[in-house]
Amino acid sequence: MQTSPGTAATILPIGSDADLAWARHQVRQAAAALGFGLVQQTKLITAASELARNTLVHGGGGHLEITPVAHGKARGLRLSFVDTGPGIRDLELAMTDGYTTGGGLGLGLSGARRLVHEFRVDTRPGGGTTVTVVMWLAGMPVPRPGTG
Amino acid sequence: MSVPSPGYAAPVPVLALGDVLLVTLQGDLHDDTAERLRQDLTRRIARHSGGRVTGVVIDISGVEVVDSYLGRVLAEIAASARLLAARTVLTGMRPAVAITLVELGLTLPGLLTALDVERALELLSGPDPAGARAPDAEGGG
Repeated sequence: MQTSPGTAATILPIGSDADLAWARHQVRQAAAALGFGLVQQTKLITAASELARNTLVHGGGGHLEITPVAHGKARGLRLSFVDTGPGIRDLELAMTDGYTTGGGLGLGLSGARRLVHEFRVDTRPGGGTTVTVVMWLAGMPVPRPGTG
Repeated sequence: MSVPSPGYAAPVPVLALGDVLLVTLQGDLHDDTAERLRQDLTRRIARHSGGRVTGVVIDISGVEVVDSYLGRVLAEIAASARLLAARTVLTGMRPAVAITLVELGLTLPGLLTALDVERALELLSGPDPAGARAPDAEGGG
């Protein structure tokens, strides 16, 4: 997977409620610009909203990086949610539907994973968390995980 | 597609139509706006000046994204309303939002839905199958 030539990443702070709304808005703009359909846009924005809220609530804030990517002819959008918070101690548990420490529904990580094509979490206790997701444009061949 | 206002932080207006409260959500809701709506609605159901509130209609046809936070707030509004003897009907959900909510794992059980406000009002004018009780109050002996 490569960053699309001639396109720079957009970096947005995630430190407040208003930042979540702004992040959703920016993800929508980026997805629409790439030609994502309405359902795909909605899924990606919803996943972004869940993950950005995790960054804010569990990570104590951080940033979102929006990057257009390419893999052969496939085009997509990569979103990275980065925080320097306490990290996730038990990732497998955190990925379980219904598991929550934040008073929510516990669908943030597990639900967001179902909405996107690629999903990766890098975390270690005390070392912060980075969640990276990729959505490929529908109709394009989707690269298998591990070949990118 | 209209460009949603990125900063919908203003309070959401609540309209009284007879014994039904109507709320129309538009654009992108901030978390605290949704939370304020929940408190506002619950208060208005509890002490409605013109008599009792029997129903709440929440129209989300202007909402492009419902995440688990907003979904939870909507479900909690319905649950509180139910405890105060009022039914809540969610109307106008966009197809893309419905598809996304199911994949997210948020199917909002217990929330009545209708395709539009007119049909929601029809639904509310009919008999309440659960009576005026909260569903949880059943079977307690």
